[in-house]
Amino acid sequence: MADEDILSDDLLRQLISVGEVDILVGLHTHNHSKTIGQVVQVIREGLLKYFPRERVAVLNADGGSHDGTPNQVRAASINDARNASPLQTLRTLHCVSSQYGSTVSAGKAMHIVVTAADLLRAKACAVIAPESSAIQPGWIDRLLRPIYREGADFVSPVYRRHRFEGILVTNLMYPMTRALYGKSIREPRPGEFAFSDRLSGLLVGHELWTTEAGRLGPEVCFTTISLAQGLQIVQTFLGPKGHLEQQSSDLVSALRQTVGPLFWAMETTQAQWSAVHQTQAVPTAGPEYEVTMDAVAIDRARLHQMFCSGVVDLEPVLKSILSAGTLQQLQRAAALDGDDFCFTDELWVKAVYEFAWAYHRSVISRDHIIQALAPLYRGRAFTFLSENLNASQEVLEARIETLCQTFERLKPYLIGLWTAQEGGS
Amino acid sequence: MADMIASELSQAWNEFARAFAHLLPRLLAILIIALLGWLIAYVLKRVLRGILRLVKFDRLSERAGAAQLLNTAALPSPSELLCQLVFWLAWLGILLAGISSLGISGLQQHIAGFFVFLPRFFVALFIVFLGMLAAGFFSRAALLAAVNADLPSPQLLSDAVRVVIVVLAVSMAFEELGLAQKTILIAFSIVFGALMLGLAIAFGFGGRDLARQFLENRFSDQRTRTKKESDLPPL
Repeated sequence: MADEDILSDDLLRQLISVGEVDILVGLHTHNHSKTIGQVVQVIREGLLKYFPRERVAVLNADGGSHDGTPNQVRAASINDARNASPLQTLRTLHCVSSQYGSTVSAGKAMHIVVTAADLLRAKACAVIAPESSAIQPGWIDRLLRPIYREGADFVSPVYRRHRFEGILVTNLMYPMTRALYGKSIREPRPGEFAFSDRLSGLLVGHELWTTEAGRLGPEVCFTTISLAQGLQIVQTFLGPKGHLEQQSSDLVSALRQTVGPLFWAMETTQAQWSAVHQTQAVPTAGPEYEVTMDAVAIDRARLHQMFCSGVVDLEPVLKSILSAGTLQQLQRAAALDGDDFCFTDELWVKAVYEFAWAYHRSVISRDHIIQALAPLYRGRAFTFLSENLNASQEVLEARIETLCQTFERLKPYLIGLWTAQEGGS
Repeated sequence: MADMIASELSQAWNEFARAFAHLLPRLLAILIIALLGWLIAYVLKRVLRGILRLVKFDRLSERAGAAQLLNTAALPSPSELLCQLVFWLAWLGILLAGISSLGISGLQQHIAGFFVFLPRFFVALFIVFLGMLAAGFFSRAALLAAVNADLPSPQLLSDAVRVVIVVLAVSMAFEELGLAQKTILIAFSIVFGALMLGLAIAFGFGGRDLARQFLENRFSDQRTRTKKESDLPPL
């Protein structure tokens, strides 16, 4: 899609009046009036403090907010930040806001940010989640410095999380991305991240924007494309991700935004991931992993019950996705009660790999394949929670490492599935 | 007397011989048409089989659930069935066209009727196939949505969706064929109406709590909801 198609006339006019910049900060909003004012102020403080001499702009791509979010972004003027801190900037801090449509589309918003970054020739571009309640001015420095001053291409965050937060990340996204591409990226679906002009140049005309994966989970695509292209990736520790209760618990949406794009990326980067056989550490500023041990209300029975009923009810769907052996093992597991139940690492990894293969072959609608993974995830989450109920941070990390190694050990199984299918068709 | 019988027999034989002599070329022509028709139909079948294999028709039918249905009924694969159907229709069509051109009175009207019916038959087949595709897709979507929303009896819901769509498609196909239009229309109205009424009554009596819970969840402030462990943010 050409620049003029993705950028509206109004936005183009605003960007032309901004001119070239060194740094761009992108915000994708939709009815975030409660948090956006604070987030923009912190971004501006960070820019003033760490990049006072650079030409910077904040770009807000809004998905049709009805609560005045874009107005709040525009209204958060530089003078407020100046008054709040003794720091001075040598240049004007531009703030641009544009509504791209009446329905929310993360892909469209990210495409706008990437296209604008390319158009304004920004050397570094950071994307900040508008609901980041824990954001600090230091985040701006930690995200942008590796790119602007140290030549990195992609900065991925590391968060301090609750030990049971992000089970989909710790049990699937992180270990599978690591096994595929050989790099330990802790957050393959980052909330906050930054990228270089080199990466924005690669992405601006990329096919991902026309796909479902790019529309629903562009963040994962940023990570996988950076990995597949062999770009310089660094991680940076940002601190707490945010409040647990403010995050979405919609599992199917989460799967669509993460697992779908990861499976899609496997198709487009097959040559790269199938050639990777060992894992390398990614340079990380700050701790690589940090968890909080706060107590949370636990009712694991529902997860177990939803796994068991899901495996029984979805048998005809799972039959078209999984191999007979894997399905049999799952059915045996679903027949056990909660105390004896165990969704082993090996079974989980095999099931996930077979889902990836089924997605590649499109044995049924791809969205249905992603949805069918939800009951299996619940079973795995139940085992993960049960095993680590009283585990320390070290034990938890050791268990995740073991799972990562299982993903790596069984990678030939995935390659076997892929090559057998390619050879058969 | 004997001469009369001999003369009659001779006359009858002559007429038979004349009629047979008149019919023989026609029979030969029909035989040649049948042979040529078989050859053309066979070539058509082979070409169609190649095309269907190229577009992975069997996989498409598998996804639609048509393959499983045919398998249950001990019928061949969908592509094979379609090939056979095209073969027989093509052969029969050529044969009938040939017979029609021979000018046998009485048959021509029926043959013309057959050719008028043929396109409608294919449209009806296409409607049924699309219906099967839609039924497979939407019943699976309903099943997945019901399982992930932890609704009771997801299989029943999925089967209900499938039955409604299949009944709709079949009734549309029958209407296209012009067969038992009124019966089909009335039967469909009764089945569909009864199903909807049943669902409305069942939801009204049995689903009051579910409806209240749904409305509360839909319109209450998200932050006031209690979080269960299974609602822990996956990301």
